[in-house]
Amino acid sequence: MVAATTPALASGLTWNLGDDLRQLFAFHFMVNAFRAGTVVAVAAAVLGWFMVLRRQSFAGHTFALVAFPGAAGATLVGLSATAGYFVAPVAAAVVIAMVPRTGTGTGYSGESAVVGTVQAFALAAGALFVSLYGGFLNGITALLFGTFLGISDGQVLTLTLVAVGALAVLAVIARPLFFATVDPDVARARGVPTRVVAFVYLLLLACAAAEVSQITGVLLVFALLVMPAAAAQQLTARPGRSLALAIALGLGVTWLGLGVGYFSPYPVGFWVTTFGFATYVVAVGGRALATRRARRVRGHVRVA
Amino acid sequence: MATTSRAGSLHHWHRVARPTKTAPVVQTPPDEPRAAPAPEPAVAFERASARLAGRTIWSEVSFEVTPGEFVAVLGPNGVGKSTLVKVALGLLPLSHGSVRVLGEAPGASGREIGYLPQRRSFDPGLRVRGIDVVRLGGDGERWGSPLPFGRRLFGSHRQLDQRVDEVIERVGATDFALRPIGDVSGGEQQRLLVAQALVHRPRLLFLDEPLDSLDLPNQASVAALVSRICREEGVTVFLVAHDVNPILPYLDRVIYIARGGAVSGGPDDVITSSTLSALYETPIEVLRTSDGRLVVVGQPEAPSVHTDRHEGPFH
Repeated sequence: MVAATTPALASGLTWNLGDDLRQLFAFHFMVNAFRAGTVVAVAAAVLGWFMVLRRQSFAGHTFALVAFPGAAGATLVGLSATAGYFVAPVAAAVVIAMVPRTGTGTGYSGESAVVGTVQAFALAAGALFVSLYGGFLNGITALLFGTFLGISDGQVLTLTLVAVGALAVLAVIARPLFFATVDPDVARARGVPTRVVAFVYLLLLACAAAEVSQITGVLLVFALLVMPAAAAQQLTARPGRSLALAIALGLGVTWLGLGVGYFSPYPVGFWVTTFGFATYVVAVGGRALATRRARRVRGHVRVA
Repeated sequence: MATTSRAGSLHHWHRVARPTKTAPVVQTPPDEPRAAPAPEPAVAFERASARLAGRTIWSEVSFEVTPGEFVAVLGPNGVGKSTLVKVALGLLPLSHGSVRVLGEAPGASGREIGYLPQRRSFDPGLRVRGIDVVRLGGDGERWGSPLPFGRRLFGSHRQLDQRVDEVIERVGATDFALRPIGDVSGGEQQRLLVAQALVHRPRLLFLDEPLDSLDLPNQASVAALVSRICREEGVTVFLVAHDVNPILPYLDRVIYIARGGAVSGGPDDVITSSTLSALYETPIEVLRTSDGRLVVVGQPEAPSVHTDRHEGPFH
């Protein structure tokens, strides 16, 4: 893994923006990191936006964790880790969707028990695979906490194809999915096949979680999957705007995290997550302040 | 009466004042063309029975609703009023008999039907505006995704926007339609949901307990609003209620359901001691208070196996 060594090669921050940017893109692995980061940030922001709205963060996190035994298992049997990253979460999505639930259409309470079961088993399997494959142990930190660095051209291509495919499918189901999320009973009565739509969305979410886990590591997926979307939904209640804002925040956090991570000795996953967290805190704090001010001005005009 | 009806076996109906004429809803001229009276009934149940999870909810239910009527479905909790609506919508099957809705099989009339399910409350954290929820009533089931700047590009978008503004004004929701729906009160949410059900200009509106858990002034004003929509736009309203009083002044027909059948007719004919006693096979007394409210005494609660309304596949 190049990850641990490359930042040392860099000649350091010059505080000259032009020079620093040139330096940033001088290495091919860094260019690839930005390519992959950009693709993943967009896909994660959009699918994460629906995830936050649907209160399915637990499922999203589980898909990412399932990527861990997926990648470890694939490496163990000599397949590409990338295949394992995608196959395992999609399989988990199928399992979660297949288990019949007794909950209502709105709450996902019935889902959480299944999700938790799948998650625990996945982590146990991952631990087993890692111990079976002794030499793999060096890579486990990268697997859990991410490696932006050392991403191959082939990996960038795979990430792009999966992201474009997932977003294309989402574009087809977006409006009924939104309807089924906000108002499931009426959506069903109006002929939206809510179960099918929910299942397709779960598959797309699994793809997105698999993508993000290859960048930030399986433990930090929420940096790109939850934080931009949650912050954007705090800032505006207009669906179009908050979706666009989520993409912008996701890209900003990713680019900033990559840039700072390159010049600092600390892991990239830490930076991306920290910037995402800061954005969310600022969004929540800003809204609380604005709400209080609007109340003081009185009248029921609240920040929308 | 108010004191004795608190006893467990008595069903008390005295909570609600009659709706007043001061309901704060915008009066708009009846600019909607009245639906031409169709030859067939808007809703027709014939000897229908419904079974859920192996038990019969009700059976031998027959009634007809004439287009343009304001109809209330009444009966004790757990008797299967919501089931009746879901059968009419095609969400649940019948075990016997037949149902026609707007002359077609249930579920076939799609966009001609508006539906407001039993009390939904939106998560207070849901960051979606009321107007967006209303808009879903217009195009929510359509595949695809809303395009940015679609409003500028497509006439159909502008038309839908216009219709959404129109219904929001109609239900008096203009002041809070731009706030996140989780932030507004229950009565305000209910108005927005009525607007949502109206966006696509339905000929028939199913409202399942729309007055449930609203405070008294809101019950009165939502009832008045629904009645105005019925009269001025010629929409047939099929409303499920467990308390008849807020809607009593507006009703054309009431349908009482019991396990073994239903009676249907004008409120004065049906809500009487003799009719209800015969239907529920137990002595029931209907009393009228000096201000015109009805109090039904001795109406049976449904057997305990039926009381959990939140069971079943659609809850």
